[in-house]
Amino acid sequence: MSGVWATIVGLALAMAVIKGAGPLLVGGRALPDRAPRVIALLVPALLTALVVVGTLADGDRLAVDARLAGVAAGGVALLARAPLVLALVVAMATTALVRAVA
Amino acid sequence: MALRDGARAAAPLVLPTFALGVSFGVLARSLGWGAVAPIVMSLVVFSGSAQFAAASVLAAGGGAVAAVASAALISARFLPIGLAIGPFLRGGRWRRALEGQAIVDASLPLASDAGRIDRARFLGATLPQFVAWQLGTVLGATGVLGDLDPEALGLDALFPVFFLGLLLPALRRDPGARTVAGLALVLTLVLVPLTPPGVPVLAAAVLALLGLRR
Repeated sequence: MSGVWATIVGLALAMAVIKGAGPLLVGGRALPDRAPRVIALLVPALLTALVVVGTLADGDRLAVDARLAGVAAGGVALLARAPLVLALVVAMATTALVRAVA
Repeated sequence: MALRDGARAAAPLVLPTFALGVSFGVLARSLGWGAVAPIVMSLVVFSGSAQFAAASVLAAGGGAVAAVASAALISARFLPIGLAIGPFLRGGRWRRALEGQAIVDASLPLASDAGRIDRARFLGATLPQFVAWQLGTVLGATGVLGDLDPEALGLDALFPVFFLGLLLPALRRDPGARTVAGLALVLTLVLVPLTPPGVPVLAAAVLALLGLRR
């Protein structure tokens, strides 16, 4: 258990540094001209990576599993202009179903 | 009201975040952590990926240093997000570092409008996620909900679909976004098997520096 508490304390500190370092470094300074453009591109880059990792990553390997079916079903719903909540329900149901029968 | 708009925008994440929090609490309990440790951890770390990573290292027999290192690497993506959000927060550097603690994955997508970040929206979006995460952890760690398996319910697909729901409009709006997204797709697929968890997402964030070339 001491390992657990040491981890919690250490990770809390590490997380505070990671999340705080950026604002600490740039906070208060004038925004460079290019910054909005970079930030605007940061969004699709991060989102794409998060979608890929959330769908296909299993630790440090790629894995095709029920998530892919669910995300694909949700993606089809989104492309069909379904409301987000409906797409989420479709994704959840598809994933659960595929997992149950596979 | 921007704060409330942010909270509303983050609403679809409440259920999956809550469920994931429950499953973290359940996992911690099954590892013999008791109820207090996971609850405190969710409060002071507030990151599912980091907490699960650390827990799995410890469960596999690793020490605290290995657990923290693994979880920190997975969380490295928050560093560029912090750099992006910093200029839009309030007060001196230390106050901004404090406000930056509210950063979560959805922060930039939900609070950014053409690269300008709405501070109130950013903070508003984190609030429901924070509450859901704490509540879920408490219910999971105390055993109130029994053993909830989010995967059996398909809840793990909710995060990527939510992010996809934010990505598609961005791709429709902005040709530059399509280029970056395409490259991020390839880069992430290549890096997942080659690098530790956390590195692929961080690398994709670096791609955004392409914006400096235009």
